[in-house]
Amino acid sequence: MASKAFQKIYTQLESITKATVALRAQGITNEELATVSGRLSQVVKIKHDLVTLQVFGGTDGIATNAEVIFFGEPPTLHVSDDLAGRFFNAYGDPIDNGPSVDGEKRFIGGPSVNPYRRKQPSELIPTGIAGIDLNNTLVSGQKIPFFADPDQPYNQVMAQVALRADVDKIILGGMGLTNDDYLYYRQIFENAGALNKIICFVNTTEQPPVERLLIPDMALTAAEYFAVDKHEKVLVLLTDMTLYADALSIVSNRMDQIPSKDSMPGSLYSDLAKIYEKAVQLPDGGSITIIAVTTLSGGDITHAIPDNTGYITEGQLFLRTDSDTGKVIVDPFRSLSRLKQLVIGKKTREDHNHVMNAAVRLYADAANAKTKLENGFDLSDYDHRCLDFAKDYSNRLLSIEVNINTTQMLDTAWELFGKYFNKTEVSIKGEITEKYWKN
Amino acid sequence: MKTKGTVTGIISNLVTIEVDGPVSQNEICYIDLSGTKLMAEIIKVNGKEAFVQVYESTRGLKRGDTAEFQGHMLEVSLGPGILSSIYDGLQNNLETMEGVFLKRGEYTLALNQEKRWEFKPLASAGDTVQAADWLGEVKEGWLPHKIMVPFSFKGSFTVKSVAPAGEYTVNETIAVLEDESGEEVNVTMTQRWPVKVAITKYADKPRPYRIMETRVRVIDTFNPIAEGGTGFIPGPFGSGKTVLQHAISKQADADVIIFAACGERANEVVEIFTEFPLLEDPRTGRMLMERTTIICNTSNMPVAAREASVYTAMTIGEYYRSMGLKVLLLADSTSRWAQALREMSNRMEELPGADAFPMDLPAIISNFYARAGIVNLNNGQTGSVTFIGTVSPAGGNLKEPVTESTKKAARCFFALSQNRADRKRYPAVDPIDSYSKYLEYPEIIDDFKKRVGEQWVEKVLKGKNIVLRGKEAFEQINILGDDGVPLEYHKRYWKSELIDFVILQQDAFDKIDANCPMERQSYMYYLVLDICEKEFEFENFEECGNFYKKIINTLRQMNYSKFRSEEFNKYLDQLNKELNDGK
Repeated sequence: MASKAFQKIYTQLESITKATVALRAQGITNEELATVSGRLSQVVKIKHDLVTLQVFGGTDGIATNAEVIFFGEPPTLHVSDDLAGRFFNAYGDPIDNGPSVDGEKRFIGGPSVNPYRRKQPSELIPTGIAGIDLNNTLVSGQKIPFFADPDQPYNQVMAQVALRADVDKIILGGMGLTNDDYLYYRQIFENAGALNKIICFVNTTEQPPVERLLIPDMALTAAEYFAVDKHEKVLVLLTDMTLYADALSIVSNRMDQIPSKDSMPGSLYSDLAKIYEKAVQLPDGGSITIIAVTTLSGGDITHAIPDNTGYITEGQLFLRTDSDTGKVIVDPFRSLSRLKQLVIGKKTREDHNHVMNAAVRLYADAANAKTKLENGFDLSDYDHRCLDFAKDYSNRLLSIEVNINTTQMLDTAWELFGKYFNKTEVSIKGEITEKYWKN
Repeated sequence: MKTKGTVTGIISNLVTIEVDGPVSQNEICYIDLSGTKLMAEIIKVNGKEAFVQVYESTRGLKRGDTAEFQGHMLEVSLGPGILSSIYDGLQNNLETMEGVFLKRGEYTLALNQEKRWEFKPLASAGDTVQAADWLGEVKEGWLPHKIMVPFSFKGSFTVKSVAPAGEYTVNETIAVLEDESGEEVNVTMTQRWPVKVAITKYADKPRPYRIMETRVRVIDTFNPIAEGGTGFIPGPFGSGKTVLQHAISKQADADVIIFAACGERANEVVEIFTEFPLLEDPRTGRMLMERTTIICNTSNMPVAAREASVYTAMTIGEYYRSMGLKVLLLADSTSRWAQALREMSNRMEELPGADAFPMDLPAIISNFYARAGIVNLNNGQTGSVTFIGTVSPAGGNLKEPVTESTKKAARCFFALSQNRADRKRYPAVDPIDSYSKYLEYPEIIDDFKKRVGEQWVEKVLKGKNIVLRGKEAFEQINILGDDGVPLEYHKRYWKSELIDFVILQQDAFDKIDANCPMERQSYMYYLVLDICEKEFEFENFEECGNFYKKIINTLRQMNYSKFRSEEFNKYLDQLNKELNDGK
């Protein structure tokens, strides 16, 4: 983002906070960009001639006579097919030693799609992970986060999902990624030979937190280019949205806004919705699907960040370690894909819905049996069979290591039903049981 | 002369404008951003400075940009053509907007200007009329859409002439009226009305006196809502708010359905306008969409227009009520509207109330709910607006300000419980926490007596008590173990399960079970309650559980069968046999 001629330049700051500076300036437009001592900033408030700038790089070491240069326009990204295979920072500048990308200049954080121009999502996105495909099927145009504690391998799972998904482009928006995780993504994408369909916008923990606020808009502007202009299927990965929300609260705090729940800004819901609602299925085949990560603290989903997220997204995927098998599984009880009804049994085999419900019900019976055991009550024969079933179910289907197609998942489930239960215990509609039952 | 002003300050969508003349609270203005007109509303005035909330993104706006005030509040156009339309919160028609993306500053007309409507006069020359009196009617789908004396007309008028039957557009004069001073005014099929002002051109507003059938058992049987009544559905995410609301909108006994998607997911709106046009209206055989209007301000659309969207929806509801129609208004979700108020209040640096919401939140909510109601029109007919809002409590905690304020305003409380949703007991309406104040209205009790029998409300209360006692018994069983409690506890528990599984739970995705008319509801309820009143002897708790499981299964098969069909009767015979065996 180089400087140009006819820019307004000022050298007298009125006030400095940790994230913002204010100065007197004329003819400044709302949300336009500027640099303060070379650091990229954005106008967030205008009051008479006093202009407040949010400094993305932080204000450490900024002097009251710092040079402020206004650009006269909001943040932009140059979009073209050349974006594919490239790595960028939060400002859209390359970090892979490649040339800068030429193309049409687009303002990031643009307007929303007219709801009337949307299409109902109906295409399944297979991932090979049964905890997802069987129980919580993903659909193109969906937005869904992983709810995970920081110690869980959500970045690995997400990379796996991305590489297996049948999409044209994968766009990674990394916010507060550790450098190690960034290199992990880079390496895994390179190894998979998938670099030509990957685009990354990355802010690592080594970089200032406020910069992160640009990442989702950058990633989604690129996504809209490929989905809307090129009619491609685009998968956007956003990790970690909790760190994004934390950056929002830093800025709102420095601007003396009254915090609402959990010291988050009152506008958190709208801020998150603006990002997630970019997920869309367009009538001409293009789509944007968003898979995000929201890290939890101690599994608490009532915290403002996961809570607001849950109201916006179309379901959530919970990762947890199953203590009986030692495997990381997609929790069948707390996970939910709201759009799965649009594809299961329609794009997959007819027994999908029945098998899914029966397996989860039997897994729940196993959980009850476990509680009984822990409370010192006697177990019945059925309880024992449920417990055995649960172990197999967890190992062969719920574990994130599994990689099979949906039909194989259904067959595996029928095999387990046949192994541990009789037909009445599984209690699936008669004609379907007759057709698929395995002894 | 319109008042003009210049922009002096901008924080997100709150803009301050220095004005050169008089302005009024809630007045609309357009701010000129290099040729694009941004609509905004005054929310505070301080000296020469007007604080306005802008209904669009303010990106690129600068100090010194000009604004022009319009001299009126936010208004909607009322006339034939509203039904089956999809509007944004400011009543722009989303269907006629061009391009994939919403363009800021693009405003489309709410009503089709070219369409010709088949008009039939109802009034004749010489009649004395006042605001809201019917002058004629057109057929909007299958509904008689009344053309009324505009609500803004004050005093009484004499009809000079009414257009003869024929086809007219919404802007053609269909009547000429003369006011008391002898001045003539032309009336067209379109009128405008400010959304934040209630339309009160009716004779009176009695207490609600009859129920509105929703065909959802847990509502109609256990917590009925009255026609012209108010209710709300609070629930954490994933507890089935949307499915329940959609079920109500598909089945309720209403003439007009207005769905305000306020700050929720765009894909849910897509679901409505993808599915509704394919759904047959069970009462008329016509398509459901013909009597539905969607007002949609999804969560990514400008925040200020979110507040406007619920008022726009209510105003349209009141307009159809004035035609003597039954209107059902659904708003999903009112929490998002409250959050929009919070964002503005925060930007204006007002002192906050609980959870940073504005202090007057309870007053705003109760004023809004008060606009619903059944009314007697001046011509003796009745019309109604029944309002059901959803609330999305932060963290699923029902003690938060929006839920608490709404509880004071709404008469029915359909609490969705996470626990029931986790156990897949849908609809997850909690049978113990939920209530309907209408069960206490003598008028409603009488209405039930006429519809479903003398003892109905007493029986309902009895059923509620069984559920409560069942829950207590269940807690004891959990603490003391199956063997540790008397058999009586198991019986109590299973009776409550019987009501839960057969009456309270309902499969929203099954064609037959989802749609349960009152006649069928009362039949099944009497049947279930009869079983609850019978005493059966069991050897032990396992036998007790197995017995009830068996009859629950049979009763559920009845729920899935067509009422009084051969299949239904077959299961009924099976049930009677099982009951006889149980003695």
